[in-house]
Amino acid sequence: MSDIAISNEDFQKFREFFYRKTGIQFERSKRYFVDKRLVQRIEETGSGSFRGYFTMLRFQASGEELQTLTNLMTVNETYFYREDYQFQCLVDSMLPEVTARRKPGTTLRVWSIPSSSGEEPYSIALYLLEHWPELANWDIELVSSDIDTAILKRAREGSYSQSSVQHLPGETLARHFTVTRDGDYQISDDLRQSVEFTRVNLADPADTRAYRGFDVIFCRNLLIYFDDLSRRKAAEVFYDALNPGGFVCLGHSESMSRISSLFTVRRFPDAIVYQKPESR
Amino acid sequence: MNPRPEPNRKRVLVVDDAATVRMYHRQILEGAGFAVDEAINGIEGLEKALTAPYDLYLVDINMPKQDGYDFLRDLRRREIPQAPAMMISTEAEPHDRRLAYEAGANFYLTKPIKPEELLSHCRLLLGLGGAA
Amino acid sequence: MPFVKPHTPVAPEHDERARPRDLAGLRAILNAPDPMARRWAARDLASHPEAVTDLIARLEVESDPAVREALLTSLTEIGDAAAVAGLVRCLRSQEAALRNEAIEAMKNLPEAVAPVMTDLLRDPDPDVRILAVNVLESLRHPEVENWLIAVVRDDAHVNVCAAAVDLLGEVGSTAALEPLEALKRRFPDEPYIAFAADLALKRVREA
Repeated sequence: MSDIAISNEDFQKFREFFYRKTGIQFERSKRYFVDKRLVQRIEETGSGSFRGYFTMLRFQASGEELQTLTNLMTVNETYFYREDYQFQCLVDSMLPEVTARRKPGTTLRVWSIPSSSGEEPYSIALYLLEHWPELANWDIELVSSDIDTAILKRAREGSYSQSSVQHLPGETLARHFTVTRDGDYQISDDLRQSVEFTRVNLADPADTRAYRGFDVIFCRNLLIYFDDLSRRKAAEVFYDALNPGGFVCLGHSESMSRISSLFTVRRFPDAIVYQKPESR
Repeated sequence: MNPRPEPNRKRVLVVDDAATVRMYHRQILEGAGFAVDEAINGIEGLEKALTAPYDLYLVDINMPKQDGYDFLRDLRRREIPQAPAMMISTEAEPHDRRLAYEAGANFYLTKPIKPEELLSHCRLLLGLGGAA
Repeated sequence: MPFVKPHTPVAPEHDERARPRDLAGLRAILNAPDPMARRWAARDLASHPEAVTDLIARLEVESDPAVREALLTSLTEIGDAAAVAGLVRCLRSQEAALRNEAIEAMKNLPEAVAPVMTDLLRDPDPDVRILAVNVLESLRHPEVENWLIAVVRDDAHVNVCAAAVDLLGEVGSTAALEPLEALKRRFPDEPYIAFAADLALKRVREA
């Protein structure tokens, strides 16, 4: 066991700093969880003490250590139907508002970023198929982007482990997946065709310039790892990509309050989401 | 040193970007039996107010992303049970007061804050009478 | 299945940028009646440091929040001494939103802000000094503690000191102990100063 100690005041100090930076608030009951990770990073960075480590965290020009620590403090795993209350919100609240402004038969556009290995965009497609009775009346374009071409390849292939699909209802799984010889779950060709995967670097204006006319953007558990300026720029990309009245969904521990004031806060029964104003 | 939870405790939201200010207000208000929540700026304040409306809002003016005026203007437009709001600021010009009232504040208090002063105005705004 | 693929990979219906994009053209569009045109001009001017004065001038009159955000992001990206000088002017604005936006931008520019910080902390207007302390909240610069200690030791205004104490609890070292004690003696009748200074002292001592 390490002899590095985190005092009560250190914990309080860290807690306030982390809350200000990320919006994540640790209760006292999380003390053990937080201490353990802090001690781990103090050791790995060779800082020697909380004081030295905290100074680095607070003053490091690149902000890299804050990103590493944020990664460690948040459980960032991706699986099908993760945070599915937002998909419920999509079906019950967001899409009804969007479609009320449109003629039936027109195309609705959804952007999911980062695609990661595809769980999120495919989840959106699956959820719409299974839970949105209006689907037959609309065309949907589902675009999903990532900076990493290797992961985009995996997303296009659509093969998943058991743990990745474990939150899917059995009948959904049976309808849209086949089990391969290796025991993996292969998503159907129809679903693979339903998503357009593209490579995008959110920080590169040349990459994002063409992304316009979207109705809903899912960007969950990504911006929390960005520095202040990169977050701001990402928010501007989303603003430009959305139609007036379009929505942005962030991860459950994320809030636009640390990022931008471009959007209006909307509270729906299932979730808080952010809306591009209809008109100014 | 949290006071025992009481069923009818008034809920107060402190919206201020300074952590020490939030702690100071929390200590004073919890000591007087109020339940206190915190937000770091107007956007977070609004997210919390929309999730579960409060009985009273204590609002700073200068905050990142969304200032106190914009927070109050936005809050007042929402279809939620409205509650009194007190603007607390270092700015003492008549101009600042007028802006605060126009944005939807019910009272304006200038820093530095004395605990008795804060509590008596909170009680008045909540209709609890001014006595300690 | 009702999912369709885009014909061309996500093409814009029309491009606000289909106008002259050189410096002179962008300067003109920055004052165009259409907010979307202004917004795109503001964004594209990020690669023209010589346009800082235009960006600041627009910021001071711009009412559309989306254009303002773009102006501030571009000023932050340029981030030189001229950009900071313009942002400092915004700190003196009557408008709270503009002041706060300027603070946020300055927090991200430690190298360019450092040379003007000492002067800002000695500004005759206490409101400007408070805003300067607010810039220090997230500034990644090694002088932050020294600047805060100077405020706590010398500033005559209680609210400027109050703002600095709040931050010293986070960044203070043992060098801050004596100035914090002295501050309590300077303002013996201010409960907030006592509360904040004691908290900061406790944090520095316990670390």
